[in-house]
Amino acid sequence: MALDDRKSHFTFVGTRPNRPDGLDKVTGRARFGADVTAPGMLFGAILRSPHAHARIVRIDTSKAEAHRDVKAVVTRADFADVPFKPGLEGEFWNVLENVMAGEKALYDGHAVAAVAASSALAARDALKLIEVEYEVLPHVTDVDKAMAPDAPVIREGAADYSVPEGMHPNVVRYHESGHGDVEAGFAEADLVIEDHFVTEATHQGYIEPHACLASLGADGKGELWCCTQGHWIVQKTCAALLGIETAQLRVTASEIGGGFGGKTTVFIEPVALALSRKANRPVKIVMSRSEVLRATGPTASASMDVKIGMKKDGTITAAQGVFRLQGGAFPGAPGDMTAMCAFAPYNLTNVRQVGYDVMSNRPKQAAYRAPGAPMGAFAVESVIDELCKILGLDPIEVRLKNAAREGTKASYGPTYDRIGLVETLEAAKDHPHYSAPLKPGQGRGIACGFWFNHGGETSVSLALSEDGSAQLMVGTPDIGGSRASMALMAAEVLGIPYENIRVTIADTATLGYNDVSHGSRVTYASGLATIKAAQHAVEKLCERAAAKWGIPVDAVKWENGCAVPSGPNAGDFDPLPLAEITADMGRTGGPISGHFEATPEGAGVSFGTHIVDAEVDPETGKTSITRYTVIQDAGKAIHPAYVEGQFQGGAAQGIGWALNEEYIYGEDGRLQNPVFLDYRIPVASDLPMIDTVIVEVPNPGHPFGVRGVGETGIVPPLAAIANAVSNAAGVRMRQLPMSPPRILAALKGNG
Amino acid sequence: MQYHRPASFAEASDLAAHATGITRFLAGGTDVLVQLRSEIVTPDTLIDIKAIDGVRDITRHADGSWTLGVAVTGAEMSEHPQLGREWPGVVEAMDLIGSTQIQGRATPVGNLCNGSPAADSVPAMVAAGASVTVTGPAGDRVVAVEDIPTGPGKTSLAQGELISALHIPARGANGGDAYLRFIPRTEMDIAVVGVGVSLRVDGDTITEARVSLGAVAPTVLLVEECARALIGTTLDDTALAALAAAASAACKPIDDKRGTIEFRTEVAGVLAKRAAKIAYARAKGETA
Ligand SMILES: Cc1cc2nc3c(=O)[nH]c(=O)nc-3n(C[C@H](O)[C@H](O)[C@H](O)COP(=O)(O)OP(=O)(O)OC[C@H]3O[C@@H](n4cnc5c(N)ncnc54)[C@H](O)[C@@H]3O)c2cc1C
Repeated sequence: MALDDRKSHFTFVGTRPNRPDGLDKVTGRARFGADVTAPGMLFGAILRSPHAHARIVRIDTSKAEAHRDVKAVVTRADFADVPFKPGLEGEFWNVLENVMAGEKALYDGHAVAAVAASSALAARDALKLIEVEYEVLPHVTDVDKAMAPDAPVIREGAADYSVPEGMHPNVVRYHESGHGDVEAGFAEADLVIEDHFVTEATHQGYIEPHACLASLGADGKGELWCCTQGHWIVQKTCAALLGIETAQLRVTASEIGGGFGGKTTVFIEPVALALSRKANRPVKIVMSRSEVLRATGPTASASMDVKIGMKKDGTITAAQGVFRLQGGAFPGAPGDMTAMCAFAPYNLTNVRQVGYDVMSNRPKQAAYRAPGAPMGAFAVESVIDELCKILGLDPIEVRLKNAAREGTKASYGPTYDRIGLVETLEAAKDHPHYSAPLKPGQGRGIACGFWFNHGGETSVSLALSEDGSAQLMVGTPDIGGSRASMALMAAEVLGIPYENIRVTIADTATLGYNDVSHGSRVTYASGLATIKAAQHAVEKLCERAAAKWGIPVDAVKWENGCAVPSGPNAGDFDPLPLAEITADMGRTGGPISGHFEATPEGAGVSFGTHIVDAEVDPETGKTSITRYTVIQDAGKAIHPAYVEGQFQGGAAQGIGWALNEEYIYGEDGRLQNPVFLDYRIPVASDLPMIDTVIVEVPNPGHPFGVRGVGETGIVPPLAAIANAVSNAAGVRMRQLPMSPPRILAALKGNG
Repeated sequence: MQYHRPASFAEASDLAAHATGITRFLAGGTDVLVQLRSEIVTPDTLIDIKAIDGVRDITRHADGSWTLGVAVTGAEMSEHPQLGREWPGVVEAMDLIGSTQIQGRATPVGNLCNGSPAADSVPAMVAAGASVTVTGPAGDRVVAVEDIPTGPGKTSLAQGELISALHIPARGANGGDAYLRFIPRTEMDIAVVGVGVSLRVDGDTITEARVSLGAVAPTVLLVEECARALIGTTLDDTALAALAAAASAACKPIDDKRGTIEFRTEVAGVLAKRAAKIAYARAKGETA
């Protein structure tokens, strides 16, 4: 069919209309997680462990239950009864264990009990009436210490088959990959550098704390409203944890105030459902910021060793990395991702990478934009920068010389299709930023980054209205302006204005299964599904025109929003606009809709190159970022303003991670900084204007060439900023965050 | 929780004197209400002092000295036409607190009585030589600002005592003050080190000086050695080095999530030099 042709000329795609949710958001009409109420609603609150590691000897809830305003109290016992699916396994068990502690509290902030009461204040007060007897156990929060032979064991038997014999039980997954002979490669090098790097865990820092409103009856039928990046996974997980049938739980995603990967799982939702079932009333739970920081998933912390050999001409002869990631008290730290992404930008003859997933007494890590990749890039791109410095080579030229291209065998195995790394490096070299003079005290850094991108299960449905407008139902919560992008892609296919299309994030009862809004997959996969669904509707529109004209359907084509005869032989008919076909559709065969369900597999990988200028105060170690340019391959930017927003957001979060954000644990294993005062996310005045350059090397796997852009933007910043700071300070910074005390200590030579 | 809104300081004092449990005075509430909400301090008695006559007044007396009511906010100080010209350091220190919203509520007296060693306006007030009137069951007494805090979260105020006015001396001729703090970000953060300097010059020579450090000890410090390093000098490099050394030597900081002992000690010296330069330029009538 003609419409299957790849497009390169666009009418709507590539324009910058206002987002459809914009007015609602600026006027306060948009409804976020905490914005709903229900008749008879109760307020839930969760009691959390003050200990990093403790056996729960006894929980006495009788006093709380006796409180006149309390309608239900739940503990782990309320989840154990699983009539439909006895014996939760794998990740479901981990999630259950995380949302409500079983035999042990595994981290400071771990949920141990919950109450539902008639007011939020009463619920909070009732928590104080619950008595928990703990037997405090030794704890560990540092990744290297958690791997040491004498480390306390978080949970026996959590390791999978991949872990080599003899490792500590806290090491639960192991990854090793690569090709060539790294020892031979190092022998060929003129210079080999090996260094150790450390990064601390950071939180996604979404502005909206988790919130939900749950209702579950004794009949096993439930409704759940929550802020999430993916309500089908919420539906599936909650149903499993509560022992009800998936289809009986209808989940609606609220507007979402940020997620960045952190809202791809559940925390309070199963608890609210359990409370509701017990109280037989709707229950609302809204987390406080300190609950978010203590008990939802930050990213992993990392300890890494990277070794790279280089010839005098800049050729990398071999590269090797060991990446140890700590992801809290459960398996899941993305050590494998770190390892696979670390050297992915380069065409290497000899490469070997090892990743460890290590458990410790911290909250269960959750995805955070390109999980695992930023840390590895920090280590690798720092070593490359150091090699360039010592060998007197230009850091962009060296990267160009070693850059992966179409046909390169990737460090993690496959052979690259058409990719855009070289284009981002060329654009960086030509950008005025790269040649702008630096002031004394300033330094410049560059770094590259890679992310896989993801396809995932996708369902989309499109329905035409009689007046010729269209409603599009997608199942991927809009975390970055995707409703605008979907409408643009549908407009492109249907040939009707952007404004005539209303995009809705459908609930789980309205549409087939959709994976979470993660893996930079939404504009790629839901976009592809939108295009296909719109094409499906166009086929039907063409059929109606063919029937009206009395010609075969393959003699009709779709052009600029009208059915037209496909050529002179097809007959002489005036173009038939979409609205004229839909006006009659009730009489010509009924409603016209299009839909698409599949798991698109062609998400193209993406690369970016960042240029950063930093200025360091030599007397205080304080850094300011004075200039920042993000260059990234978007494949095709459907809505360029929101692509730029993703680029800038990656840089902004990267600046926080690189300079000041960190999880700080005390000797007692408790989180020291569970408030925004001390968990230092950048404020607006900390950031420079962030320039962006969108490179477009079309992805062969998408009809319009789209590659995901949401994650790659956070891969280079840690490295680029560290390179800039190291160049400004004159001393190599190998530990994040590069907070002023750390920089000052390094400057004084005792860091 | 009991909430009171007395009409006089005598009444406020009486209420506090007879209250049991935890008592808090409610000025701007930017500490009290935040601590209440986050369950750090849940008072049994809350005494709102904003309905007392004159608590929002800023008065310049004939001799050039100032009296500020105890509910005067940061925003009101910044917007006052003359206060900031005479005491720019005090006004700027107060203005560093929080955001526009916080500025509309927060008071320097609340900042002082909250007892945080990192309170921003306090070193500036100490350097300026400010004092407060304390009203209690036994009547009024005037106390130097530096004598109010006694440790983190603690003050020298006895039960039933509260502050009824803040006094800032006359600036007089050829004087200048400045306050600088170190924070890792550019705003909305808590001081890791704070330094207030006030001095007077005769020609190029410093004749009077007061230097105060915040966030480097359990309470604000008034450092005599720093003043001695400045007096009689023209703020040359030797004087600056002596000032920095004296400031660092006076530090008795802690290691915590906000900064290390080494860092605070070092940066106290750095900021003392920078603040002294600004105060000196101001004293000489230069713009800084
Ligand atoms: C977002 C935010 C940012 C902030 N940033 C900063 C900052 O940068 N720097 C900084 O130093 N602080 C900061 N603070 C803390 C706070 O704003 C200041 O300490 C402020 O000056 C407190 O003044 P207030 O009038 O609000 O005090 P309140 O909260 O009303 O009272 C504080 C304390 O003083 C006592 N008190 C008040 N008035 C009297 C009186 N007349 N007599 C005796 N006791 C009294 C109260 O009992 C209470 O213990 C911040 C707070 C917030 C919420």
